[in-house]
Amino acid sequence: MNVVLIFSVLILIAIAIWQVTKIFELSQVKKVSTQVADDNDNDWNGKLMFAFLIFIYGITIFSFWSYGDVLLPKAASEHGYDYDNLMWISFAIIFFVQTVTQALLHYFSYKYRGEKGKKALFFSDNEKLEMIWTIIPVFVLAGLILYGLYTWTDIMTVEENDEALVVELYAQQFNWKARYSGDDGVLGDANVRFLEDFEGKNLVGIDATDPNGFDDIVVQELHLPVGREIIFKMRSQDVLHSAYMPFFRAQMNCVPGMITEFAFTPNITTEEMRQDPDIVSKVKKINKIRVKKSKELVASGDVALDPYEFDFLLLCNKICGASHYNMQMKIIVESPEDYKKWISDQQTFAEVIQ
Amino acid sequence: MSTAEAHIEEDHGHHHKETFVTKYVFSQDHKMISKQYLITGLFMGIIGIAMSLLFRLQLAWPEQPFGVFEVLLGKWAPDGVMDPNVYLALVTIHGTIMVFFVLTAGLSGTFSNLLIPLQIGARDMASGLLNMISFWMFFVSSVIMVMSLFVEAGPAAAGWTIYPPLSALPQAQPGSGTGMTLWLVSMAIFIASSLLGSLNYIVTVINLRTKGMSMTRLPLTIWAFFVTAIIGVVSFPVLLSAALLLIMDRSFGTSFFLSDIFIQGEVLHYQGGSPVLYEHLFWFLGHPEVYIVLLPALGITSEIIATHARKPIFGYRAMVASILAIAFLSTIVWGHHMFISGMNPFLGSVFTFTTLLIAIPSAVKAFNYITTLWKGNLQLNPAMLFSIGLVSTFITGGLTGIILGDSTLDINVHDTYFVVAHFHLVMGISALYGLFAGVYHWFPKMFGRMMNKNLGYIHFWVTAVCAYGVFFPMHFIGMAGLPRRYYTNTAFPYFDDLADINVLITVFALVAGAAQIVFLYNFIHSMFYGKETVQNPWRSNTLEWTAPIEHFHGNWEGEIPHVHRWAYDYSKPGYKEDFAPQHIPLQKGEEELQH
Repeated sequence: MNVVLIFSVLILIAIAIWQVTKIFELSQVKKVSTQVADDNDNDWNGKLMFAFLIFIYGITIFSFWSYGDVLLPKAASEHGYDYDNLMWISFAIIFFVQTVTQALLHYFSYKYRGEKGKKALFFSDNEKLEMIWTIIPVFVLAGLILYGLYTWTDIMTVEENDEALVVELYAQQFNWKARYSGDDGVLGDANVRFLEDFEGKNLVGIDATDPNGFDDIVVQELHLPVGREIIFKMRSQDVLHSAYMPFFRAQMNCVPGMITEFAFTPNITTEEMRQDPDIVSKVKKINKIRVKKSKELVASGDVALDPYEFDFLLLCNKICGASHYNMQMKIIVESPEDYKKWISDQQTFAEVIQ
Repeated sequence: MSTAEAHIEEDHGHHHKETFVTKYVFSQDHKMISKQYLITGLFMGIIGIAMSLLFRLQLAWPEQPFGVFEVLLGKWAPDGVMDPNVYLALVTIHGTIMVFFVLTAGLSGTFSNLLIPLQIGARDMASGLLNMISFWMFFVSSVIMVMSLFVEAGPAAAGWTIYPPLSALPQAQPGSGTGMTLWLVSMAIFIASSLLGSLNYIVTVINLRTKGMSMTRLPLTIWAFFVTAIIGVVSFPVLLSAALLLIMDRSFGTSFFLSDIFIQGEVLHYQGGSPVLYEHLFWFLGHPEVYIVLLPALGITSEIIATHARKPIFGYRAMVASILAIAFLSTIVWGHHMFISGMNPFLGSVFTFTTLLIAIPSAVKAFNYITTLWKGNLQLNPAMLFSIGLVSTFITGGLTGIILGDSTLDINVHDTYFVVAHFHLVMGISALYGLFAGVYHWFPKMFGRMMNKNLGYIHFWVTAVCAYGVFFPMHFIGMAGLPRRYYTNTAFPYFDDLADINVLITVFALVAGAAQIVFLYNFIHSMFYGKETVQNPWRSNTLEWTAPIEHFHGNWEGEIPHVHRWAYDYSKPGYKEDFAPQHIPLQKGEEELQH
């Protein structure tokens, strides 16, 4: 039935277009169009080009006005500030260039719209001009490259040290686990070949012959002490995944057969973040949407949605299969005291396999 | 050259003997082959765009039943609700079809074939036979790709980049079974087709130029096609090797890309391979591929903007230099797709450097286009509108590349909708506009008839508004942190406030899709009932318009015209007309521009 409907709509559209062209043709009394733009076409299309410039500006302003609040959420890590800074500088440059070049492009398209009898200016080369617009991008980009590389090296240089907390992020279709190195500060060796040991209790495949592994702690929820450097070691047991933590401006792929790393220092706790005015208003907005949706759900006999409370998130950001869209883990940033209390309540690997 | 020409002259003498099969099916005439490429490309384009509309419906109204899903997806949309695996399959095949089948074969295949012989003054490609084989291999690969949609477990669904292990292990997702095998076979044939085509283009441009057609007098279209073919020959074989190694891993138990895997409760035997190796091989083609798609579109735009602005293209030499610079740089920037793949961060620094360098030739091109418009006498035909539209989206999309090419900034926007917005504008929409511009401009050359301009205007304006409507807001949801390739974002209440934007994007996408029906109608209708064209409808300088309207194998009756000047003598002082075609000798005392 649907196929018939779709086809008939398509046929109707085709007929409609055909009729419209017929009308166009008939309205041009006897003068058969050559289908090449004439002065009239140049005129209205030129004016539309100018209107289009206004449209581009309009959609830019509209997007910022309506959606500006979703852009780059507040950073919650120490390098987040540098990241955001570089981002806004790049953005400012992009905006400036975009505004100017689009204006020139569309204004010229409007201003120099063709007229019969007019002749274009024969102007094919100007070395000075070309020099200018080669040199300027060179300098701007050199600046951006240098600043970018400086920040990049800063963020990506991971140095093992006694202060830092080493945490392993372990990815599998379709969930995350985390492993803490325990009292010795060293993660025990691990390989997927050990996953079947201890009747499946060895959740991340710790090598039971490595003494460093016994005090390791495997959990399903990530707790991080505020103000301390965290060195993440990423592993995956099946396909590629990517550990994406947008609030911390952090992301690294998890590659089977390989250990990748990323480090950052969280500098805002979950509690503090929940009280941030931007987050408060965002949560309010989201809950308003959820209440509205819940009403519709309840009306159709479904269960209402839970109210939303802010939490940091770890998302999977590399296509990994059917439930890729729901591969997440909660991250809780808390005071060192709270963290200590929480970690001491968790079972070590030795306790789990007993 | 002389033997080839003599040979073709001979063929030409016998052209009445052509049967239906040799003329329309297994044709060796470049003009027929170009039409075959175009029509196959458009057909694939319909499938690719239709798929994008289906998954846009799912994204705007997640997990809602749609009758159209039930009809088109059948068992993969139980009760009309799209299955997550099918969503991934649609995304994957949409990407593959649009990038390779529409914008590589459909764009480059069509216009390289049509224009290289006609614009350089040759009777045909260097090898008509290879050219024919190239098209039919492309056709076979298209058929296999379409066939893969109908296999039991569904088509490939690992994303168009098909990263292993997801693509290598049937246990990882249903699409990695027969669907993926067909994908790989189809792509292997496609690559062979593309290589045959590219070699032919390169040889033809180097050897078969008519008298007087020096490299510095080549139209920019030909420069673009020529350099594109070189990039293709350099980089496509690497993808072929990646595909072959992946086939070995999948079917013969090798471990090139796989190591230490535990899946579905089972440890697999693979040891010592690395998925990162695959990423390197893939992107060694994957990035140049962007320019394989884009350069022909820019070449077409250069030609169309100059012709319809009735003005020489500004900075011909700089345009050629920037094509060459882009081509060279494009082969050494692939790592910017892999900043966070786990490769050494130092490599990230190197690739940031080379990547941002590519902005310089791109900026030169954009500024030169704008200057070409300045003080022109713009004939705003549909082809011209699409070319101006291309420059606009090329700028908008290209600028965000400065953010993505910067390894630091990439950390947080990598694989989000920000990337989707960026590459759709800069290569998807731009190249599509190039394709449309080319079709509107060279339709009279291909079919001897004009396309309807008013329908062309409707097509352009609706598409232009919708393209921005779709992709501009997408930057915002990307900056908010929403990853791409998510079946729905409802699993994250944090993203609930993005629902409005998703609906807006989908509405624009649906309208844009409808506008393409106007184009298709115009295309098919004009093919049969369009106004008959005059020989040189756009009053253009290039050689193709000196060939008769009626097509025959060999292009010109009698001698091939000789060339006396570059292709851009528009509105040259001293001429009554505002154009002076390439085959017109210089007037007494007239100097040829030193370019």
